[in-house]
Amino acid sequence: MSVKTLPVPATRFTREERDAGVAFLVMLALIVVGPFVAYPFFVMQMLCIALFACAFNLLIGYVGLLSFGHAMFLGMASYVGAHAAKVWGLEPELAILCGVASAAALGLVTGALAIRSQGIYFAMITVAFSQMIYFFCVEAPFTHGEDGIQSVPQGFAFGLIDLSKPSLLYVFVAAIFLVGFFVVYRTINSPFGEILKAIRENEPRAISLGYRVARYKLAAFVLSASLAGLAGATKAIVVQNASLTDVSFSTSGEVVLMTLLGGMGTLYGPVVGAIVVVSMENYLAQFGQWVTVIQGAIFVACVLLFRRGIVGEIGKAIGWSI
Amino acid sequence: MFLGHAISMSQLYGQLLIGLINGSFYALLSLGLAVIFGMLNIVNFAHGAFYMVGAFAAYFLLHLAGVNYWGALVLAPLIVGAIGAIMERTLLKRIAGLDHLYGLLLTFGLALVIQGLFQNYFGASGLPYPIPPELQGARNLGFMFLPNYRGWVIVFSAVVCFATWFLIEKTRLGAYLRAATENPTLVRAFGINVPLMITLTYGFGVALAALAGVLAAPINQVRPGMGADIIAVVFAVVVIGGMGSILGSILTGFALGVIEGLTKVFYPEASNTVVFVIMAIVLLIRPSGLFGRVA
Repeated sequence: MSVKTLPVPATRFTREERDAGVAFLVMLALIVVGPFVAYPFFVMQMLCIALFACAFNLLIGYVGLLSFGHAMFLGMASYVGAHAAKVWGLEPELAILCGVASAAALGLVTGALAIRSQGIYFAMITVAFSQMIYFFCVEAPFTHGEDGIQSVPQGFAFGLIDLSKPSLLYVFVAAIFLVGFFVVYRTINSPFGEILKAIRENEPRAISLGYRVARYKLAAFVLSASLAGLAGATKAIVVQNASLTDVSFSTSGEVVLMTLLGGMGTLYGPVVGAIVVVSMENYLAQFGQWVTVIQGAIFVACVLLFRRGIVGEIGKAIGWSI
Repeated sequence: MFLGHAISMSQLYGQLLIGLINGSFYALLSLGLAVIFGMLNIVNFAHGAFYMVGAFAAYFLLHLAGVNYWGALVLAPLIVGAIGAIMERTLLKRIAGLDHLYGLLLTFGLALVIQGLFQNYFGASGLPYPIPPELQGARNLGFMFLPNYRGWVIVFSAVVCFATWFLIEKTRLGAYLRAATENPTLVRAFGINVPLMITLTYGFGVALAALAGVLAAPINQVRPGMGADIIAVVFAVVVIGGMGSILGSILTGFALGVIEGLTKVFYPEASNTVVFVIMAIVLLIRPSGLFGRVA
């Protein structure tokens, strides 16, 4: 009897669904308005970096793994994507897929070795691997060392869409970002994602419940690497080059900063963090190395004062779960 | 491919020497990291930055205060170690109870601030630091010429490393340190000032990095980027050696420097990556490192 007399919710959505929906609509509105208020090329780069940060957050925020060398996936995919588009003459979507595949393969190898260690060891191992990949990219012939791969053709996506037109390229990049973002969203809201969170909270307990923790971690690592690769290869098509910067240690540090600043373990935190950090780098560029000092100071401030990050703190202040 | 052109013995010895020098720096730096990690459970990402600051301290002491190399060898580690101790008291102390990852993030932020400040004022180029007059010249060992300064760096680093090992593993103070690592609450109950010990340990680890910086100043130039370049290799050294072991970090540091030097002779293209490849192999065989205890 009591089951039938349960009160019917006033709306069709739960509070969480409403909050998430509103937040998503705000982001979508920003993506639509973005190219009209800012330089479209700049917004496209920002979307790529935001996707990169979302990929990174999948690991630190939901599995508790701090990868301090994520630039290796961004940079490797960017090189392979650029090489595939320029030298092999592949269409942009196939070139991007090549980049994603290379990042996934790299993620599988480095991840299989790194997840055997935990916490800070994991972080140190990823630092070392990314440095190895950096030196590999300095030496390997196809990356052209200091010059990088330049004048990468943008080509025709699916043989039809002329990506050299900024408006079409923008739609293409926005679509890739949304696909990547959706993959992250679906992952963390799936049974798989729940197990990842359980591993983050209490790994021995997850093991005792019978989960093969190492496999879940590796799967999450490869997924994160692939999404970082998607961001990197797309960026190579947008900016028409691939360079050592994308694979360098400072890029690895920046993605950590974006996620920490925006809010680790929040869906929108990395996006907000990416917007802030990329804008800061862009508008403060004339101050040279002061940008590094400011970034370091933000790191210190985040760790000491607001560990939830921008989105986490705002969410807490207004009682939203975003 | 690599034996096609004859490798002269002098070239081999030369690279071995460079390898031993780099190994000295790896050993001093990874030793400092291990000491700090043992006591504070923090991976000190700012270690490379303090190494760089140590070299700059020697440079400033020479040009602003007229303190020569020997003075700098004592003063620079003391000054930089004191700065480290202050940072521990004011910043690192606040995150003591949190996840270890926050220590890594905080010290990474500090490294960015320090490095950015120096890059602002000194750019990317190197500043020369003279070899002290007492150590100029070279001596003939029969099979090669050994520059005196380089010989000094290797011997002195080895002495400092083993003195540190002796201090921690064989003395009463070291016993307190090791006990406080295992159970700080109990050691405090015995009336030992553990917070002070933690601060001094951090200062000591940082001072070791600064000492390596002073030793490096006459060999590699004094550059703001010198710390960032070396930190990833030092991390790999620590992973290979295993975090728990003082002796392990010393031996691994020297050994990897030599292997890197030999790689420069036989297969130069891989000389930058060989340490990381070795790390991958060690992780496959012994995930806790060559000398590490199983976590």
